[in-house]
Amino acid sequence: MKILVAVKRVVDAYVKIRVKSDGSGVDLANAKMAVNPFCEIAIEEAIRLKEKGVADEVIAVSIGEKSCQEQIRTALALGADRGIHVDAAADVQPLAVARVLQKLVEKEGIDLVLLGKQSIDSDNNQVGQMLGALTGMPQGTFACKLEVADGKAVVTREVDGGEQTVSLKLPAVVTTDLRLNEPRYASLPNIMKAKKKQIDTVTPDELGVDVSSGLKVVSVEAPPARSAGIKVESIDELISKLKTEAKVI
Amino acid sequence: MSILVIAEHDNAALKPATLNTITAASEIGGDITVLVAGSGCDAVAQQAAAVNGVSKVLVADNAAYENQLPENLAELIAEVGKDSSHILAPASTSGKNFMPRVAALLGVAQISDITAVKGADTFVRPIYAGNALATVQSSDAVKVITVRGTAFDEAAKEGGSGSVEALDIVKSQDIATFVGEELTESERPELTGAKIVISGGRGMQNGENFAMLEKVADKLGAAIGASRAAVDAGFVPNDMQVGQTGKIVAPDLYIAVGISGAIQHLAGMKDSKVIVAINKDEEAPIFQVADYGLVADLFQAIPELEEKL
Repeated sequence: MKILVAVKRVVDAYVKIRVKSDGSGVDLANAKMAVNPFCEIAIEEAIRLKEKGVADEVIAVSIGEKSCQEQIRTALALGADRGIHVDAAADVQPLAVARVLQKLVEKEGIDLVLLGKQSIDSDNNQVGQMLGALTGMPQGTFACKLEVADGKAVVTREVDGGEQTVSLKLPAVVTTDLRLNEPRYASLPNIMKAKKKQIDTVTPDELGVDVSSGLKVVSVEAPPARSAGIKVESIDELISKLKTEAKVI
Repeated sequence: MSILVIAEHDNAALKPATLNTITAASEIGGDITVLVAGSGCDAVAQQAAAVNGVSKVLVADNAAYENQLPENLAELIAEVGKDSSHILAPASTSGKNFMPRVAALLGVAQISDITAVKGADTFVRPIYAGNALATVQSSDAVKVITVRGTAFDEAAKEGGSGSVEALDIVKSQDIATFVGEELTESERPELTGAKIVISGGRGMQNGENFAMLEKVADKLGAAIGASRAAVDAGFVPNDMQVGQTGKIVAPDLYIAVGISGAIQHLAGMKDSKVIVAINKDEEAPIFQVADYGLVADLFQAIPELEEKL
């Protein structure tokens, strides 16, 4: 079977971001960029399925500017077989991303799509579910355990009250939660080998997808700052402050 | 305007997050219809009809909706809501699961986790782990939205007199089946709705030590949360995680014990009214947002706190 893994280039999770003073967005001019942490987990899971002999081919895809080829290379260094770069603007919205992925699923004959549950920049948590709707595939979101066998994907999902298990008929979409696995590091030889692996480039136009969106960002602002409070010296002082000053206990 | 709110429930009772969502709906303004999809969910429909501001409750009672499988639910919601101006659901794991699917079926964008309503087509939502607030405007015919519960008050459970109408729409397919679930049992208040939350992080060292927090929580009537570090280390189950990728809480009092205060964690709790940090590292970033900070070894401070409460 063939697995498609969608990978997003985002600001590194440890970078403290700065909102532009004109309210037009977040300043990423010199920020360190990386593979979205949830996407790393999706790559890892795909590679493990290949190592187990469940999958024959793992294809990594990223949608965005040319720079996102770096993130595809990272996926290739980790063990993906080939990459597809969909050349588009940096901020393609979830529905358009899902439409692009839908076309690739059809074109490549994909049995399982693995995505992160959300990107840490836009925090939407939408693409996997939208892809499910567009393709008519079942979805296993927020997966913390995945078993693929006999034409089915059995997914244990993290839900508000605990865990839930669903069985999905392949082809299916699975989005990863943080506890699904611990992603590996790429070794230097594998990074070198990844340079020889193939990355094809297509445009949304070539795939017949219109990337315009009904949603417009009017402004981006910094949230109200929370100022540091005071340090107390003892538990007694803490309890008395909470009782008399803050009046919360 | 006609607003469809998707009720969150367990087939027996309406979940409080639905009440916050109804408040967001009334801020948009318009006729509010609540859709209750489930199996044997009559009681839920009655509760929804009694909520202040609800004008109609639609009940889709069928085995196909028992476990809220998104493959069935999204088809139902898209059909029922296609002529609505807005479709709203709580931004719980359930709402996050089916709403993007609804939006894609309708061919519109989905707006996640809104924290404010600025107009019928304009909403505020946090991005970058809550480090920026984006104001977004939608020109789609149907606005499909998930609502951050902690950002809106609960609508009154009484005072409404909505009509209840049964729906005979069955969307059932065999591509996904429910296998089972394992829910965490707890006597304590639900994390997202608790007035007081006490959370432990990596500094707790192991799962057994969380018993110390439980004792304090029992005295305060608090819920217990955890940082991702504590969950990843296996100290506590993941449904206790507070943060960008876990639960978002905004209690009156949040007590962070042995938590450094990484960006990911702050995203889940920085809208709390009063934040207390207990940490032995005085450089820990949590002290930059804490109203009251105590630099101390938690293994001495927590038993003392419990004793003196």
